[in-house]
Amino acid sequence: MSTEAAKPPPQANVSIESVLGVQQHNVWQRIAGAQSFWVTVALILICVVMGYLQPTSFATTDNFFNITRNFSFIGIMALGMTAVIATGGIDLSVGSIMGLTAVASGLTLEAGYPAWAAIVVGLAAGGVTGLVNGVIIAYAGISPFVTTLGMLAIARSCAVVLSGNRMLYKFGPGGPAFKALGSGALSITSTLQLSYPLLFLIVLTALLALVYKMTSWGRHVLAIGGNEHAALLTGVPVNRIKVQVYVVSGLAASFAAILAVGWEGSAINALGVTYELLAISAAVIGGANLMGGEASAYGAFIGAALIFVIRNSLLMAGVDSNWQGTFVGVFLIAAVYLGKIRGAKRE
Amino acid sequence: MPILELQSVSKHFGAIHALNEVDLTLESGEVLGLMGDNGAGKSTLVKVIAGNFPPTHGEVRIGGEPVHFHKPVEARQKGVEVVYQDLALCNNLSAAANVFLGREIKRRAGPLRWLDHKAMAKRAGELFSELKSETRPRDLVRQMSGGQRQAVAIARTRLSQARMVLMDEPTAAISVRQVAEVLDLIRRLKDSGMAIMLISHRMPDVFAVCDRVVVMRRGRKVADKAIHATSPEEVTGLITGAIHAA
Ligand SMILES: Nc1ncnc2c1ncn2[C@@H]1O[C@H](COP(=O)(O)OP(=O)(O)OP(=O)(O)O)[C@@H](O)[C@H]1O
Ligand SMILES: [Mg+2]
Repeated sequence: MSTEAAKPPPQANVSIESVLGVQQHNVWQRIAGAQSFWVTVALILICVVMGYLQPTSFATTDNFFNITRNFSFIGIMALGMTAVIATGGIDLSVGSIMGLTAVASGLTLEAGYPAWAAIVVGLAAGGVTGLVNGVIIAYAGISPFVTTLGMLAIARSCAVVLSGNRMLYKFGPGGPAFKALGSGALSITSTLQLSYPLLFLIVLTALLALVYKMTSWGRHVLAIGGNEHAALLTGVPVNRIKVQVYVVSGLAASFAAILAVGWEGSAINALGVTYELLAISAAVIGGANLMGGEASAYGAFIGAALIFVIRNSLLMAGVDSNWQGTFVGVFLIAAVYLGKIRGAKRE
Repeated sequence: MPILELQSVSKHFGAIHALNEVDLTLESGEVLGLMGDNGAGKSTLVKVIAGNFPPTHGEVRIGGEPVHFHKPVEARQKGVEVVYQDLALCNNLSAAANVFLGREIKRRAGPLRWLDHKAMAKRAGELFSELKSETRPRDLVRQMSGGQRQAVAIARTRLSQARMVLMDEPTAAISVRQVAEVLDLIRRLKDSGMAIMLISHRMPDVFAVCDRVVVMRRGRKVADKAIHATSPEEVTGLITGAIHAA
């Protein structure tokens, strides 16, 4: 009894210093615990090795320009995908949404409307498709896998029918401005250029990172993936947010399509075939957890970058380009496996 | 007037009659102990009051006025706070994020609104220390002990000025010292005029803080007695069915 009196039980320490101390202690742990950190390390290693092996083809400003532009389309799709995956869902329809958007924007341009109208129509195609996905998933309770798999077929077939199965390229007066969006570039030096798609990707990544970190919407998205029932009990508007993440994913896919059409200068209904694989892989390689509750905007960026740098490296190493799918698939499975090991360690 | 009244409330899940014609009242400043064997219908009763699902029959009145909740938030808006038996926490979020889930503190500038992490961590820290719980606001719930999780779930009910708190086994997973703190908190809430319903399997806890005890068996209320008019032995008999009703 006397020892008890001499030693009062420790009090919970809530001084702001202790709170900050804990936070500082966590910063390195948090960084090292993030899959996106290790993907970044891998990416840098690959670039260093490739730059050393292929100084005249890999480490050039031209190649930098091409890779960064190519992964930007996938990166933008992957950003939207992280929100869906964070809620514990999946969006398999993003590739088909690209095709539908390409056709919708292409037809608008061919009909002689200005560039902004083609952009609005294209975004509306993706937004509405995402809305339909979201409403079916949230309110009819059909699984995200089934709903978006169905939409993968529906959106693609709508794109084929609408386009009359032809390539759209006779863009009217809106054409040049529309194309500039995807094919333009910002010159940093006489040789180094940053494509507009890359700039859009960077801005959108920063924006989404802020949304996850600083808004209640971002927090609610993660809460739904963590424990949907608890989110519902505490007053998170679960169904509304579920609809919103599919709209965001649809909009992201259409924006990527608008940039891709602008870059290629023509719209085909086959745009984005199998890109859902790349977008999901990029998000997952960057640390999104397919079980929900974890997502990172930077992860989507770096995941897309890794896929395309590897793709590019294989090409330069003279590997048959048909092997690319094998590499992406292996990386996807490996990323999920690593995530599983990390998860088991944490529990 | 009682703050909460249930009038012949029933809840059926298909053929299972989880609640059968339950009448119950709860006054402000009163602590009601709700006891019963596993599956007696205690959690179901809490969930009906908290708006998780509507009763199959009967009426719930809060402050004299009949309520028909469609969502838990609606009950919360009427001043009903709940500590759920499964705690209803998101493992992937921090303790502070869980405490404030659905009612985050935000800062604003013009149309922009963003989370005030610092204010939420500070307030959550204050609530944890009030519960004498060693819970750090920024730690992930995933890494927490059972007692820390329970503290998070209880802290959540302290955010708003609730009129009643329904606690579904809040002391099931915590240490002796923390049990004392929770019981102490219940007494303080009572003194501030709040109504509390405490569900517990721990007889000493119920007899330590409750003014009244209600016993449920197979969905029916079998006893409703002032605490000084009964004994642990009688309550045990009522729970097991050795005593039919009282
Ligand atoms: N959502 C549901 N669907 C079907 N049956 C349910 C549901 N919820 C509860 N029940 C049933 O209702 C009965 C009462 O359950 P309840 O959870 O209220 O018991 P309890 O008194 O809280 O038990 P415990 O002490 O184990 O927590 C049980 O038979 C249970 O199986
Ligand atoms: Mg229960």
